[in-house]
Amino acid sequence: MIRDITLGQYYPIESPIHRLDPRTKLAGTLIFIVALFVAQGLVAYLIATAFLASVIRVSKVPLSYMVRGLKSIVILLLFSVVFNIFFIQDGTMLIHVGFITITTGGLIQAAFMAVRLVYLIIGSTLMTLTTTPNDLTDGLEKSLGFLKKIHVPVHEIAMIMSIALRFIPILVEETDKIMKAQMARGADFESGNLIQRAKAMVPLLVPLFISAFRRASDLAMAMEARCYHGGEGRTKMKPLRYERADKAAYGVLLAFLALMVVLRVLA
Amino acid sequence: MSIRLDKVDYIYEPDTAFPVHALDHVSLTIRDGEFIGLMGHTGSGKSTLIQHLNGLVRPTSGTIYYNDRDIHGEGFSLKELRSKVGLVFQYPEHQLFEADVFSDVCFGPKNLGLEKEEIQRRARHALELVGMDESFYSLSPFELSGGQKRRVAIAGVLAMEPEVLILDEPTAGLDPMGRDEILEQVKRLHEENHITIILVSHSMEDMARYAGRLIVMDHGKVQFDGTPVEVFRHYKELEKMGLAAPQVTYLMHSLREKGWDVNVDAITVAQAKQEIMRVWKKH
Repeated sequence: MIRDITLGQYYPIESPIHRLDPRTKLAGTLIFIVALFVAQGLVAYLIATAFLASVIRVSKVPLSYMVRGLKSIVILLLFSVVFNIFFIQDGTMLIHVGFITITTGGLIQAAFMAVRLVYLIIGSTLMTLTTTPNDLTDGLEKSLGFLKKIHVPVHEIAMIMSIALRFIPILVEETDKIMKAQMARGADFESGNLIQRAKAMVPLLVPLFISAFRRASDLAMAMEARCYHGGEGRTKMKPLRYERADKAAYGVLLAFLALMVVLRVLA
Repeated sequence: MSIRLDKVDYIYEPDTAFPVHALDHVSLTIRDGEFIGLMGHTGSGKSTLIQHLNGLVRPTSGTIYYNDRDIHGEGFSLKELRSKVGLVFQYPEHQLFEADVFSDVCFGPKNLGLEKEEIQRRARHALELVGMDESFYSLSPFELSGGQKRRVAIAGVLAMEPEVLILDEPTAGLDPMGRDEILEQVKRLHEENHITIILVSHSMEDMARYAGRLIVMDHGKVQFDGTPVEVFRHYKELEKMGLAAPQVTYLMHSLREKGWDVNVDAITVAQAKQEIMRVWKKH
């Protein structure tokens, strides 16, 4: 149950996508998201589907891994679908009961919105599944390096992000362990009404917070012991460099975006 | 009273890229009043095994019986099982959450739905069993030392008055004194309160000293199951699994090689001393 969260979990396998420069993958995800919002009409969505499917194929990450990440947004998805169905009044009317009106336009919009959200999550999950947290931070730091000129602590922000990502699976595991330990003492996390359930979370949350703070303090100590003092003058063991594959990937991505724009203009 | 495992299999993440066969056809019987030592290197399946014993983990296939009743069968209360089979996890002090020691120990019996007097009686008794007197009751668990915290956490499980107590490396990270205290208390629980004990440990010396039966796990299978003397005779195989025999066993073996007619079955320092003295006198 608790292992279902895949966001921030690297899937270790050899693939052309895994080998890409993290900056390519970051920019690629961004381009893909922009393209999704530009996309209009059935043809555009079909092309986007084919594009996403082939990237997943090349990445060799099983589809089931990405689908599991979707569980966390089911509620958000339902919300947006319901809102779209009820509030977009366009095309022929299908149902009209009291103040509820459902139209074909609303249904189509809702469907596209749902697909867009699902692809958006799959796209970004794919990035975290194929990029190690370390690479991701490096990529972010380097791509946002220009912000340093206006005194944005890019390195520190990147470090915070990578630590947060790195700790998600650990905290998930920890939650699982504490849950089991309290269940062994007869705790019940599954039954009861809302208030009882909220109360039942205390024996889980208190130890979890304490352990998160303990880990944070241990980590800070370990970093200082290795002379960490922020980004000033820090060099990389493996500096990022664009390869030929990255250029090809950029080409494919931009072509995809251009296609979406063209399809929108034509529509 | 017994726990019986019948061909229990457990596979982690069966439909992903990394399916792990954590338990592979494990059949075992744990009888009333035993003191069992459970060994195996990290990832051998021993932690998974103990979580099956109180129903925290459901086997992928196979059946677990508690007093001949299927624990995942219809009408069997897992909550009741967990009060009978107490499980103390590794670093149990990490589960402490209440504002004071006494309330934390009350958490288990309170979940059993007992009367207030009974809850307090059990908590007092449990804290007494682990040697924590009343002066500790109102302290915050976070004011205690590592060894004290751990004893409070163990008391938290003991307060449910289990018939079987499983301890997963209860001495990890403790100093020698804290370690001996915990193990002596466990031994007393076994001898005086007749609780069945399953102790997971990496210390061969502790195993030799306390356990009446040793179970060795490797790659999700039970590799050896017998008295410590029997199991430690296989010290060469144990080494291949990343384990070992007690140090004195090695001493006895090298004495034997040097031509001393000692019994190599000595597994504790006391036995070794006796054996060496016996042979010495004959000379």
